[in-house]
Amino acid sequence: MPFLCVNTQHKRMITKMTHVSIYVTDQARAYDFYTNKLGFKVITDVPMPNNDRWITVCPPEQPGFEIMLAPINRGLFSKETANALKELVEKGTFGVGLFTCDDIYATYEELKAKGVEFTKVPKKEFYGIEAIFKDDSGNWFSLAQLV
Amino acid sequence: MTGEQYPKIYLYRRLVQAKLFIDAHYADKIDLSNIADEAYFSKFHFIRAFKNIYRKTPHQYLIFVRIEKARGLLKAGIPVSEACYAVGFESLSSFSKLFKSIAGITPSAYSIQQQKIKTQIAEAPLTFIPGCFAEKKGWLKKEQF
Repeated sequence: MPFLCVNTQHKRMITKMTHVSIYVTDQARAYDFYTNKLGFKVITDVPMPNNDRWITVCPPEQPGFEIMLAPINRGLFSKETANALKELVEKGTFGVGLFTCDDIYATYEELKAKGVEFTKVPKKEFYGIEAIFKDDSGNWFSLAQLV
Repeated sequence: MTGEQYPKIYLYRRLVQAKLFIDAHYADKIDLSNIADEAYFSKFHFIRAFKNIYRKTPHQYLIFVRIEKARGLLKAGIPVSEACYAVGFESLSSFSKLFKSIAGITPSAYSIQQQKIKTQIAEAPLTFIPGCFAEKKGWLKKEQF
C-alpha cells in the first residue's frame, strides 16, 4: 500500500514558537526590568512611527525565542479595552509563562536583591522547585528548577 | 519556609552578593581574594561554590561580564580601544583575544557588524519586524503585506 509509506521529506505543520507578546503598562520601564533585573538580552530594538518602539528580548540561553514587550497603549485596542486590560494586568490576573534556571535559590536571592517581587518563595513541588514572581507591570511567571 | 525547603540560605546570599559585586564593579581592578574574604569563604571553597552555581569560576565570570559590557559599548559605537579600557582590561591584545574566544568574532569585526545592523535598522526598520505584526499595528500598508 504505497500511500501508507512514510515520507521522510514530509513537512511538519507547526515546528516551533518564535515570538510571544507580553502586554506591559510602561515599555521603557519593562525594558529596564527584563534586561537589568532578569538579565534578558535585547534581540530587536527598533524605533517605529509615533514614538513607538519594537522591542524583543530573550532569556540569555534562548536567542530563538523573542518576547515582545508590547505596550498596552500602543493603539491596538480601543481606549476602553486598553484600560480594562491595564487594570487586569496590574492586579496580577495573567500568568504568562514559566522560566527555568540552573539553581533556583541563587536566582531567587539575586532577583530579590534586585527588587523583584515574589508571590511564592522557592518550594519543593513534585515537578521540581518553584517560585513565582511578578514583572514590573503585574504579569506573573513561574520560576522553576525542574527535576 | 523551613530549612529543608530552602537550604543553606546564608551561603547562597553570600555567593549572590559576590556575583552582584562583580556585576557592579567589573570595570575596577577587582581582587577576587578580597571578595572571597568578604563572603567569609576560603578562596578554594569560594571558587568551588561559585562555579557550582554559575558554571564559571569568579575569574571566568568577571571576564564574561567585561566582554558582555564591551559588546554593549561596541554596539553603541564606542571605539575598540576605548571599550577595552572602559570595561577594565589593561591590555588591548588580551582584550581582543578574550573577546574573540567568547564572542567568536574580533572586537573590530563585531563593531563593524553592529554598525552595519544599525544602518540597516535606520534605513529599513520594517525588515526587522514580522510583517503580520507590522500590518496589525498599521506600520505597513495592506498591499505590502
